[in-house]
Amino acid sequence: MDVGIIGYGVYIPRYRIRVEEIAKVWGEDPSRIKQGLMIEEKSVPAPDEDTATIAVEAARNALKRAKIKPQDIGAIYVGSESHPYAVKPTATIVAEAIEATPNLTAADMEFACKAGTAGIQACAGLVEMGMIKYGISIGADTAQAAPGDPLEYTAAAGGGAIIVGKNNDEALAEIEGTYSYTTDTPDFWRREMRPYPKHGGRFTGKPAYFRHVLSAAHGILRQLKLTPQDFAHAVFHQPNGKFPCQVAEELGFSKSQIVCGLVVPKIGNTYSGSTMIGLAAVLDKAKPGERILVVSYGSGAGSDAFSIQVKEAIEAKRDSAPKVDDFFNNKIYIDYPTYIKYRGLLVR
Amino acid sequence: MMREVAIIGVGMTKFGELWDLSFRQMIIEAGARALEDANIDGKQIDAMYVGNMSSGQFISQEHTASLIADHAGLVPIPSTRVEGACASGGLALRQAVIAVASGIHDFVVAAGIEKMTDVMSEQATGALATAADQEWEVYAGATFPGLYALMARRHMYEFGTTEEQMAMVAVKNHSNACMNPCAQYHMKITVENVLKSPPVVLPLKLLDCSPITDGAACVVVAPAEKARKMDRVPVLVAGTGQASDTISLHSRQSLTGLRATVEAARMAYKMAGVGPNDIDVAEVHDCFTIAEIMAIEDLGFCKKGEGGKLTEEGQTEIGGRIPVNTSGGLKGKGHPVGATGIAQVVEIVQQLRGEAGKRQVKGAEIGLTHNVGGTGGTAVVHIFKRGD
Amino acid sequence: MAAPRFWREIPNRYNLIGTKCGNCNKVLFPPRYICPHCRRMGKLEPYKLSRRGKIVTYGVVHVAPEGFEDQVPYVLAIVELEDGPRLTTQVVDCDPNEVKIGDEVELVFRRIGSDNEDGVIYYGFKFRKV
Repeated sequence: MDVGIIGYGVYIPRYRIRVEEIAKVWGEDPSRIKQGLMIEEKSVPAPDEDTATIAVEAARNALKRAKIKPQDIGAIYVGSESHPYAVKPTATIVAEAIEATPNLTAADMEFACKAGTAGIQACAGLVEMGMIKYGISIGADTAQAAPGDPLEYTAAAGGGAIIVGKNNDEALAEIEGTYSYTTDTPDFWRREMRPYPKHGGRFTGKPAYFRHVLSAAHGILRQLKLTPQDFAHAVFHQPNGKFPCQVAEELGFSKSQIVCGLVVPKIGNTYSGSTMIGLAAVLDKAKPGERILVVSYGSGAGSDAFSIQVKEAIEAKRDSAPKVDDFFNNKIYIDYPTYIKYRGLLVR
Repeated sequence: MMREVAIIGVGMTKFGELWDLSFRQMIIEAGARALEDANIDGKQIDAMYVGNMSSGQFISQEHTASLIADHAGLVPIPSTRVEGACASGGLALRQAVIAVASGIHDFVVAAGIEKMTDVMSEQATGALATAADQEWEVYAGATFPGLYALMARRHMYEFGTTEEQMAMVAVKNHSNACMNPCAQYHMKITVENVLKSPPVVLPLKLLDCSPITDGAACVVVAPAEKARKMDRVPVLVAGTGQASDTISLHSRQSLTGLRATVEAARMAYKMAGVGPNDIDVAEVHDCFTIAEIMAIEDLGFCKKGEGGKLTEEGQTEIGGRIPVNTSGGLKGKGHPVGATGIAQVVEIVQQLRGEAGKRQVKGAEIGLTHNVGGTGGTAVVHIFKRGD
Repeated sequence: MAAPRFWREIPNRYNLIGTKCGNCNKVLFPPRYICPHCRRMGKLEPYKLSRRGKIVTYGVVHVAPEGFEDQVPYVLAIVELEDGPRLTTQVVDCDPNEVKIGDEVELVFRRIGSDNEDGVIYYGFKFRKV
């Protein structure tokens, strides 16, 4: 592949709710949940935020790092399972808001939590074949969870954007290769016209998350003839804190290799944003020459794996936009009533 | 002026929540009182100008000029609706004055009316907000109290005006309203009541805001030479001034005063040959307490920035140096937006005739009305003199 | 409202595209269609404004208009942009008690409103403290 990452950016809403605050309402033991899910708090979108606003902010931050003309962007993909419209693309809103219109292609993607990485692959293909100069893929969500569902502790809001181009001097990282693993596995879904997703409980684990993430990871290692020791960092999709740690252990990655990209304890599961924000958190700190393994997971089910090697240009670009840590530290705690009001669950 | 113009009759409904009266009943009541006061017959009326801000939104009825002429039994005289948001009444008077001064008409009714309680209060608030820039102010979440709060905050910042001083405007106007049988509120309030009233858009609280009101008012305008031959003390329209400014607040240099008021006042003072110090009594547009403070500065009753102090010193009370809003103002008497500009004239005419009862300003000979549309996109000022 | 009313303002509301008069060099926002200073002698061109500014004045809305009820109390402000023009906007993601005249703010992209539950959603600028 001759494809690189030209810019990256994230956006995480400022509001947070702690596990304790939700557990209190449902009479559950917060320490057990915190331990079980390895999560402390999650981000909550403001009443005037949605997937489109999050995607725009993430894309604008990615552009600050890329330092390219928006008009040179030939493709925009927005991956989400909470697009504000059922019909009418989020991608066109982003395109207009970053002044990339009108000479480009754009589309919304949906593949549960991995639509953002699917967009990276689409952009990489278009760049590789010379159809576009740059493409931007965004994964963003304002994740829905029914009140009282265990998902309520983790379903969060946030997004990440990756600008893909040729692997030249502008590239802050090279995408060395990508590998996907896909089957029809209904572990988590949301039917048309329904507000909340349903899930298969423990079925979301072994046959779903673990099988696909492990298979994609093994696939790319095999394809590129690499071993876990060749990677300084690894990022796995993070529906909670426990799953990515287990998968890392099974693959032979150490704690120190995944700590940098493990963002879920601080912000929750941002669904389509999750793997993208995890990658961004690593890029915020990685040194040139370091290699990163990225494996997303989308229910339904599939995983996209990437091997990414950080390049010199990272140093000049990294500080041009807010980092994941900046978003971690800039927060306002809200209580449960405020949370359900902000999520539009109170009917007047 | 081409010929001198006078007000020969005034009339208004009680202001308030007039649930039992319709739009057409209200205007007929006010008109009949004005004609009775002028002691003329409807047949003598040559034309009518109606100030009405938003009947389309308040009662889903446009074309109200025709409706009023019809129900007043005045067809086929020319009847024209004039709209300038909350300044609609003042503009209607100005059109009537111009029509009489020009010699085209002799007896002209200037009317003002608004029926605001036939919609829910949220709808009324929304209707009022149409006087602001829909694309760039209301779009951003601004309401009318919101925009005046922006001016209040800046006035406090630049001049040290206090929330207490603003509250004193409401206290005074409620006190005056208690002496006005037509006022919406007959209820004294204290500074503490205002400060502790629920927040609307801080720093403005509920009792800093004028209410939602139904009401109508009419005055009869005539040539002064004819007025002098009639029984009543004629009240001359000595000066009229009108000016515009940007519809949106953010497009203005100053946020602590209304340029349109300054310009309209300059025009009216010049025409009347008087200055601010000559005014004995004034009805100013106090849609919010800060609006009265800015108005008394912009009209020249004190220096810019000293309106709060002038109020605190009691100089704008009845018996003070320049009594302001003896009727109770928009705050105490009520603010049926299209009617307000005409109701202000009713008060000044009564004051200059010496018919204002308990709220009479002793020896008042020169009076002023000041009516504002929106946040100051329109202002109209009239100056009146006893004509005997 | 029909969609065109909002659609035609998208560049201005998404990206603060105002106008600049080539005759008097004044930068104008919201955009204008004739220069208010030079009138027909003016030469208006689109001008992209800076996304930073300062709070000139503000109020804290407790009684909100339709569509904004879920956000109270919120900060309504006039912001003066670095290029000079002023605009009316919300200042979001802050404690209203911590806002002051003179505070520096920057543009954010937010949902402004929508036509009922099933109508078009309107996006545009708001500001947050830097």
